[in-house]
Amino acid sequence: MSRERTKAAVFPVDRNDIELIKNAHPPHWKNPEPDGTYNLVVIGAGPAGLTAARDAAGLGAKVALIERNLIGGACINVGCIPSKSIIRTARLYADMRDAESFGGDTPEHLDVDFQRAMRRMRQIRQRISRADSAATIASEGIDLYFGEARFAGPDAIVVAGKTLRFKKALIATGARASLPAIPGLAEAGYLSNETVFNLTACPPRLLVIGGGPLGCEAAQAFCLLGAKVILAQRDPMFLPGEERDAAQILSDALAREGVEVRLNTEVVAVRTEGGKKLADLLRDDDTTTISVDEIITGIGRSPNVDGLDLENAGVAYNANGIKIDDYLRTTNPLIYAAGDVCLDYKFTHTAEATARIVVQNALFFRRKKLSELVVPWCTYTDPEIAHVGLYPADARQNGIPVKTYTVLMHDVARAVMDGEEEGFVKIHVREGSDRILGATVVASHAGEMINAVSLAIKSGMGLHALADVIHPFPTQAQGIKMAGDAYRRTRFTSFWRQLSARWLAWSRR
Amino acid sequence: MLRAEPAVLSDDELLDRYQRAAFDYFLETVNPENGLVADTSRPSSPASIAVVGFALSCYPIGVERGWMTREAAVKLTLAALRFFWGSPQGNGDDVTGHKGFYYHFLDMRTGLRVWRCELSMVDTALLIAGMLVAGAYFGGDNDEEVEIRQLSEALYRRVDWRWAQGSTPTLRQGWKPKSGFLHYGWEGYNEATVLYVLSMASPDSPTSDDSYEAWTATYQWENIYGYDVLYGGPLFMHQFSHAWIDFAGIRDAFMREKNSDYFENSRRSTYLHRDYAQHNPYSFDGYGENLWGLSAGDGPGGFRTSVERQRRRFSGYAARGAPFGPDDGTIAPWSYPASLPFAPDICLAALRHLGDRYPEVIDKFRLPSGFNPTLANRRKFGRHGWVSEGHYGLDQGIVVMMIENHRSRLIWKLMRSNQHIRRGLSKAGFSGGWLSQPASPAPGGRDVA
Repeated sequence: MSRERTKAAVFPVDRNDIELIKNAHPPHWKNPEPDGTYNLVVIGAGPAGLTAARDAAGLGAKVALIERNLIGGACINVGCIPSKSIIRTARLYADMRDAESFGGDTPEHLDVDFQRAMRRMRQIRQRISRADSAATIASEGIDLYFGEARFAGPDAIVVAGKTLRFKKALIATGARASLPAIPGLAEAGYLSNETVFNLTACPPRLLVIGGGPLGCEAAQAFCLLGAKVILAQRDPMFLPGEERDAAQILSDALAREGVEVRLNTEVVAVRTEGGKKLADLLRDDDTTTISVDEIITGIGRSPNVDGLDLENAGVAYNANGIKIDDYLRTTNPLIYAAGDVCLDYKFTHTAEATARIVVQNALFFRRKKLSELVVPWCTYTDPEIAHVGLYPADARQNGIPVKTYTVLMHDVARAVMDGEEEGFVKIHVREGSDRILGATVVASHAGEMINAVSLAIKSGMGLHALADVIHPFPTQAQGIKMAGDAYRRTRFTSFWRQLSARWLAWSRR
Repeated sequence: MLRAEPAVLSDDELLDRYQRAAFDYFLETVNPENGLVADTSRPSSPASIAVVGFALSCYPIGVERGWMTREAAVKLTLAALRFFWGSPQGNGDDVTGHKGFYYHFLDMRTGLRVWRCELSMVDTALLIAGMLVAGAYFGGDNDEEVEIRQLSEALYRRVDWRWAQGSTPTLRQGWKPKSGFLHYGWEGYNEATVLYVLSMASPDSPTSDDSYEAWTATYQWENIYGYDVLYGGPLFMHQFSHAWIDFAGIRDAFMREKNSDYFENSRRSTYLHRDYAQHNPYSFDGYGENLWGLSAGDGPGGFRTSVERQRRRFSGYAARGAPFGPDDGTIAPWSYPASLPFAPDICLAALRHLGDRYPEVIDKFRLPSGFNPTLANRRKFGRHGWVSEGHYGLDQGIVVMMIENHRSRLIWKLMRSNQHIRRGLSKAGFSGGWLSQPASPAPGGRDVA
């Protein structure tokens, strides 16, 4: 419904999209004929489904993969890949505006070519999707079916009129943007991640509803691409759940770039008038009305469970998704779930990680647990905000004494050279030890930097040992090592200093 | 301009001048009819209930310093207490408060809510703290001082603190008639300790015993620039509750775990602000060893401009903090006297530097809410940059109180003897230090609780 009432074009928008469809859902694809029972049938060819199908097939399993739409799922088609491609162009314009700070000249007239930015995004999306083309998947020995899948029983799935019998199945159908319960929004028309990438012109005035990761990324990117953006967030800070200081820095960055930040603000009604969308914003007792050209919603994801006839297979689910245990098994022991359809953390990398667990647990009787995963994540604003492990509040609520070693990016030499000194590295350790509990990094390349901490947590490396890891100088990732150095300095207690001074005094004799 | 050359004044003389200048704010802006004090010295400013709390705390200082007579102090104190006791309460319009709390801003004359502002929990706590100071200080047997003690006790006791928890263990920040509780709570360490202490100690409607623990669960203990601190960005967070309560040597569970106390934490945080200014990552003018101090306060206004080929964004009234920001180059110079008890050396040095280098921002020893030297000769601003117009009551109040605590510890001594404060601290888990000693009689007054 929303598409007709917005300025978004209908997919496919251009030749790149047509090429993408050729690869990701060939129009004349002929489904294979099922030949006996499958070791694993996977529903959904997004990151989780693709990973599971490939891992299983690579290990010699007989695998079927079912997709009703485009191979690649939300990530490639309407998620990370298009959004981060656009963010790159937005950052380019930010740098051009800020050229003087980098010793260059800011162009006198800076016209944003929105269509070119979108075309680049479509080219990139098409290029990346080629690696997962239907033909490639089939060549890897996977039976690829296009069509709507539904369970015909506890061990059978029907797709496009064919019945697939399985020993094990994986539901990896993902999630989709859900419509916020705002009166008038559907009638007025809105953009979600599924339609926003079909825009062919930058909306002059844009309301972004929701200050979570998607909302913040969209607000900043469209602002940098020339839109006048209002970002309405119900909570008192952006990125609820993230550390206060991270959210504070992001809030400042958004405001500095010109995003009109409306915290503690709820969008309570939307209507159209004279071709414009009017939105009523409620803050405490006061309502204000704004007029915009487009509305993007960045809140809420609903699991894709409709039409699967899960009841036939005895698979329980609710509004949050398919119910799973710590081994990712559903209420039917033959059927597993992975990715957005069942996880709180709806990321491509968690989808892939859980898919790997499913292959191990379902096909090889392993007992790998979801709760043992070390899951980092990143919000791709500028600066980026990345996190892994526990937050201090989580630790304290579990009775774990926690201490944070903080390094400001303005103390990291490379960040200063790069003009990217906003942000910090915070590594949380168990008080009295160097055991790393978690970390938050706010930096231009936080998503890259967090990996060292994830590796340390996963491998059981302490913060003291992290200080011994040589980092090339100058790199921004040195911020991580500097947190280790800060830890080490606190170990130089007066006792050790005295002892060391005595030894050195003695050795001078 | 300064009346005397600060450089020739001794430290105590210098502090006396600043303290007196700040104190006079209250006498200049109080409405003697109802004891309400203006939020700022600007024309048509409404009253702020927190500023009244500061005023009530400052009158005893004025008496002790000889800046006002005891009779005048009693009169202004009683005017305020009688006003609040008789002011309309309820959940409708045209009231002063609700459930024993008060709206943040009130009309100076009628005392009714203005600006559709929120019923403020923390500002009510600062007001009540001031009332308790009055009750502790005015210990005379005459009718007026007896009435002060009775009213301050009654006004404290009628606050329905438990209601202000809503459905959560922590206290809500505010309430409005139509929308109810503001849905933002408190997260992380800030100025609210006195709110929790008062709310837990209430004899009639205390918050649940888990409220303080729930609040401190969001604390973050960090090593920043080599200091181990309980982080709170703006300096006022490390000052406001400390104006009434001497946190030196007493510890709650969190500080026992960290082998520190909140006084020491404020000291380190003061040094952290100085170190941040020395780092001066965003190259603001003037920042350095003796120009530091980011806090909540007035600012140049919301605009973006390019300064020295750098794009900068400035803000109006905002809570600025170090080292995570926001920082637009606006310094809150009242931070120096306000942190004086914690770090006297660097605060005095900064105060003297301010007088030497930026005398134009000081109005007869009275400090502005903020000034921004980075904006010197930019836009409409002159060679001194932006300087906040007039003065803010909160700033003047904290200056008077913290200089006094540095000089004589008067307010701390008064509050140490207050049974409500002692009980609240104990319920919050504080122990040790002066709390382990019996309460001594309040200076100039008696214990009423």
